[in-house]
Amino acid sequence: MGRVLAVIIWILTLGSVALFTTRKWWFPTAISEHAAALDRQFLITIIVVGIAFTAAQIGLGYTLWRYRDDASRPRATYTHGSSRLEVIWTIITAVVFIGLAVMGQSVWASLHFNQAPAGAYQVEAVAQQFQWNFHYAGKDGVFGRTDPKLIDDSTLNFVGLDEADPNARDDAVTTALAIPAGRPVEMILRSKDVIHNFWVPQLRFKQDLVPGMAIRVHFTANTPGKYELACAELCGQLHFKMRSYMLVLPEAEHRVLIALTQEQFQTRMGELLAKYQLPVSGE
Amino acid sequence: MATRVTDTKVGRKEGTRIGGGPRFPGPNGKGPSGNGKGGEHDERGRRFSPATYRITMWVVLAAVVMMFAALSSAYIILSSGGQSRPVAMPRMFFLSTGVILLSSLSFEKAKRSLKQGAQIKYLRWIWLTLLLGLAFLAAQLTGWRELAAEGVYFASHPHSSFFYFFTGVHGVHLIGGILGLFYLILRLKRRKELLVSERTITAAEVVALYWHAMDGLWLWLFLLLLVWK
Amino acid sequence: MAVEAHESVHRHEPPKGFIRKYIFSLDHKVIGIQYILLALIAVVVGMAMSLLMRLNLSWPGTSWPVLETLFPGGAPGGVMNPEFYLSLVTMHGTMMVFFVLTTAPQGGFGNYFLPIQIGAEDMAFPFLNMMSFWVTFVGFVVLLSAIFFSGAESTIGPIGGWTGYAPLSALGQIAGPGQGMGMNLWVISIAIFCVGSLLGALNFITTLLNMRTRGMSLMRMPLTCWAWFTTAVLALLSFPVLLGGGILLLLDRVAHTSFFIPAGLYVSGVLSGTQESFPLHTGGSPILWQHLFWFFGHPEVYIAILPGMGATSHILSTFARKPVFGYRAMVFAIFAIGLLGFFVWGHHMFISGMSPYSAMTFSILTLSIGVPSAVKTFNWLGTLWGGKIRFTTPMLFALGFVSLFVAGGITGLVLGQTSLDLPMHDTYFVLAHFHLVMGVASIFGMFAATYFWFPKMFGRFMNEPLGKIHFWITFVGVYCIFVPMHTMGMVGMPRRFAQFTEYEFLKTLHPLVMFVSIAAIITILAQLLFYANLVWSLFRGRRAEDNPWEATTLEWTTATPPPHDNFAGLLPTVYRGPYEFAVPGAPNDYVMQTEPGSEVTSGDGHEGHRH
Repeated sequence: MGRVLAVIIWILTLGSVALFTTRKWWFPTAISEHAAALDRQFLITIIVVGIAFTAAQIGLGYTLWRYRDDASRPRATYTHGSSRLEVIWTIITAVVFIGLAVMGQSVWASLHFNQAPAGAYQVEAVAQQFQWNFHYAGKDGVFGRTDPKLIDDSTLNFVGLDEADPNARDDAVTTALAIPAGRPVEMILRSKDVIHNFWVPQLRFKQDLVPGMAIRVHFTANTPGKYELACAELCGQLHFKMRSYMLVLPEAEHRVLIALTQEQFQTRMGELLAKYQLPVSGE
Repeated sequence: MATRVTDTKVGRKEGTRIGGGPRFPGPNGKGPSGNGKGGEHDERGRRFSPATYRITMWVVLAAVVMMFAALSSAYIILSSGGQSRPVAMPRMFFLSTGVILLSSLSFEKAKRSLKQGAQIKYLRWIWLTLLLGLAFLAAQLTGWRELAAEGVYFASHPHSSFFYFFTGVHGVHLIGGILGLFYLILRLKRRKELLVSERTITAAEVVALYWHAMDGLWLWLFLLLLVWK
Repeated sequence: MAVEAHESVHRHEPPKGFIRKYIFSLDHKVIGIQYILLALIAVVVGMAMSLLMRLNLSWPGTSWPVLETLFPGGAPGGVMNPEFYLSLVTMHGTMMVFFVLTTAPQGGFGNYFLPIQIGAEDMAFPFLNMMSFWVTFVGFVVLLSAIFFSGAESTIGPIGGWTGYAPLSALGQIAGPGQGMGMNLWVISIAIFCVGSLLGALNFITTLLNMRTRGMSLMRMPLTCWAWFTTAVLALLSFPVLLGGGILLLLDRVAHTSFFIPAGLYVSGVLSGTQESFPLHTGGSPILWQHLFWFFGHPEVYIAILPGMGATSHILSTFARKPVFGYRAMVFAIFAIGLLGFFVWGHHMFISGMSPYSAMTFSILTLSIGVPSAVKTFNWLGTLWGGKIRFTTPMLFALGFVSLFVAGGITGLVLGQTSLDLPMHDTYFVLAHFHLVMGVASIFGMFAATYFWFPKMFGRFMNEPLGKIHFWITFVGVYCIFVPMHTMGMVGMPRRFAQFTEYEFLKTLHPLVMFVSIAAIITILAQLLFYANLVWSLFRGRRAEDNPWEATTLEWTTATPPPHDNFAGLLPTVYRGPYEFAVPGAPNDYVMQTEPGSEVTSGDGHEGHRH
């Protein structure tokens, strides 16, 4: 029984490790500036995790194999432990774990401990049950005034844009996001009703959108293309259907887009969404 | 080793004992470690241990403190929000604070009387504490009416909600203390002890501990509401 | 064995009458069994819900005719609608975390065995103990009632997840189906549960501190007792916070307060304050709910696992015929886990909008808590090393606990880092992590405890071959269910999605989804073996002696099943530590705690002269 258990544990360990090492199911290809460092940190961590996991399971199995009850010894070894071992393995574990912990802060710090760099492209995201709204400042680069009292879904004023405000005249609101490639983007995240979460797997970035707060985040996307955008915080019964797209456009194309008028903007977004294809699955 | 006890009716007189070995009853039945109930048994089969009840009351208070700590943090966070309007402390709450402080004093007087064996005096002080407790609750309710008269309602804003909420939750816990006082009164009347027993003193001490904690808790809440806008 | 005549023994007669004996019993043993029975029922409900979830995810859009009969609103035409799915998610989580993982390990086995293992006749406050169970039971009934009162909304309860984030959970009906009456009942049920738990916790703490028998110093207690004690302290300090938060949530829902609801919301086409269905709110903070919830929620997961760790240490030592390796280190590790558990709640909230500096602090503390957990794992291996291992069913489950705890716990190293949480938050990677530690390792602890203590509780062994089959299928099954979920999360599969049909990037995961579901169906069905074993063994199991496993602790010194007052009026005296196996020179390879004698050193070398 001991040997069987040891073998089963080893097979399960092998299977688990294989699932990871084949990389058949893995992160999609990253498109953001910080992704390289993040993926590297993940790889380091998962290797440490893999080694610890494998070593523990192999050790467990071996112990069961070797020390199963048979006639070879009359009694087990009488010992209450070893303070020396306790100290050694506590210190080693602490060093590895805390080391990983400290290393794991650097990408976070680069994204969250400083403001968006000057010259970042700003776009506002307003989430609601169950659609995304992206508010663009238009040619003048200034966001028109918004007010919750002006929100009216039935007239498609999803973000409560104040049409009386001159700055609002060139603003556009669409359900898809378009950002420039290779340039820092600052998003101002808001929500109309409940907590949502902005999630694009290729971006390696996630952030809650909290009603009552305007949360500023920034990142840089480098690879042009069209990417699926999902909501990653339970927001109601159609949470699974709250899908949109993020378009990462070459600088020139983006510049043209944001200079368009409101009506032209909507049409152009439609064209761009048709033009760009999603990445091939598994990439 | 262990002999099977097959039914509960037979008290073991002699023969092999569970656990084996001789026993060493120490003074008060306590051994060098553990609380060893191996000595004198009372009618319930175990020695009365005041520590049990005292520890339990501290444990109960730990839980109560945690809940109010959580609510206090919530208050601090929500009152720091931009939309908060300052709320004037109702005058009644100053009065009720004084009343509850007095009630703690009267409870201490009660305990002292009890320890001296003066049971009638004890009873009187307990009654006074109870009345002061009820007066406190009445003052709290009046304070609510003061707030409402100022246009500060329960659902106006989280800051104002807490004025009602803290007093309400504290009041509910205080009612628990009042029930404890009733218990002490009934207990004394029913037991008719000639000499005050250790159990009676412990009961009074434990309820007093709870009462003083409610006092302290109200002080904290009062100061929090007063100082933190 | 010395024969001694002494003063007459004071016995406690058990109560007469069925109601006093089995329903409203003050006997901690009966109460323990009641808690276990409650958990056995709750886990079936929870498993049924997870089965339905797997069916929906693997075969979306399929009509299941039986569902149409049972839930015409939630599954019209037999096809589960999204709100039905989400209510399954919510009720499954709530049922399992509260009514299974916070009842059986502590209220169940803890209640039954803590007093006996420390040599007491009962808990300190038997009446409060009884109340703790019945209050918990009422909470269970209220939770179940949410299923029926939400019928009109076509859900079987609220849909906010077991975490009930505000404002979704605070807004009321306007936030969508499943957010009306069912949600109120959910909050009330949890509030009631908090009270029941607190009543239990105070009993455990007082009993352990004050009612240990002579010779039972703190450092001679079995590790199960240390685990139950620490769990009780965690419960004592964390449940009040949940209770407070729950009351605030309920007030937001029914009294129109704004603790968690900010101003200016526009929900389902209605602006805050313009309609009766959506009164004016101002000044609330959704993140505050998360803080309050997780301040409780993180200690809660240690409440779920610590008793299992205690049982594992206990059982590994017994069947390896060897003392626990590093008893003292184990005690400190339990403390460290308990203490640190209060300082890491923010790791559930890294991307919540809270301060990124707080996030970093929480992250570093979180990875620190991995250290005592790793230390415990090393000590378990150390206990086995050099042992003479007997592979009984309880031992198999205890070994499974070790394997699964490592598998589940080690991914905490990934999730605990802020940077890595950015892609991983709210994906199936998280699901894999917490299911492996809570939903599997913890359950294995309970299985181990059941097979181990069943002979003492009922005087019969559980069927060994059936138990072993149960172990094998379950052990392999849970690995098959939860390991693939890690990779699903890495691809980006989000949590709480009713279907995966909407996104291209999820389509490659279909084979894994199917694999997981098949494994889940098989594993869930295998649990029938466990239930059958329980029932069969109660009546036909092989009779067990008082100490069938040749173990050392106090529960094995008394009769089987233990009499009403546990020790027939003669409280034991303890001379040794709890895991004196393989003692050189002793006649057997185990020496019971009650065995006197001075040549053989006691467990910690202190002969009881401490504490």
